[in-house]
Amino acid sequence: MPYSEMMVRPMREELTSAGVKELRTAADVDAFMAEKTGTALLVVNSVCGCAAGMARPGIRLALQNERRPDRVATVFAGQDLEATARARGYLADVPPSSPSIAFFKDGELVYFIPRHRIEGRDAHAVASDLTAVFNENCPVPATA
Amino acid sequence: MGTFHQGKGELHGITVVVDTDGPEIFVGRCDDVTDRGVFLHDVDVHSDGENGRSKEDYVKRAAQLGVWKKYDHLVIPNERVTSIRRLGEI
Repeated sequence: MPYSEMMVRPMREELTSAGVKELRTAADVDAFMAEKTGTALLVVNSVCGCAAGMARPGIRLALQNERRPDRVATVFAGQDLEATARARGYLADVPPSSPSIAFFKDGELVYFIPRHRIEGRDAHAVASDLTAVFNENCPVPATA
Repeated sequence: MGTFHQGKGELHGITVVVDTDGPEIFVGRCDDVTDRGVFLHDVDVHSDGENGRSKEDYVKRAAQLGVWKKYDHLVIPNERVTSIRRLGEI
């Protein structure tokens, strides 16, 4: 059963305020995943502080990296059920996990951080894993 | 920020591997460890040798991406438990 939206809003905003696009419907997810070129990060957000409380600040830190994904979006597990189910459909061989973080390159899943790789770690450790993936897969942004 | 849970043990919310004195080994999200046993959510169980995989083969595979749950909740009696490990540390 979903939590009160009032309680969840700050958890949504912790990502959206860092430029992460929130996908609230299955159509939103399909539109996000339809773009196959470049790099994309899809975050499965969740309420539980045991892991999500470290995942969100870790993602925020990682998105300050010079190299970062072309597109970044999130679905909220346990809240936006349809969107989350559709997102998991794009991760068909991966067991459901929340929070979790999927990185796609040219439409292919190339890296996945499941919940158990976030639990017990701090935000800097999560960010370090992500920036390593960004540095390996994302181009240096063009300068003006 | 997130939700926090009072009165639970240090493994609360952590995905753990619970080995037993029998052929079964369990992976699930720990709710608590009490005098009654280990309380898990979203649990998968593997039996040694199932699908040609030993317990450790199964754990190594689980450590990569996680597990597909077979049970929403499960309690493993303490007398059967031989070890509890964090999946994220494997």
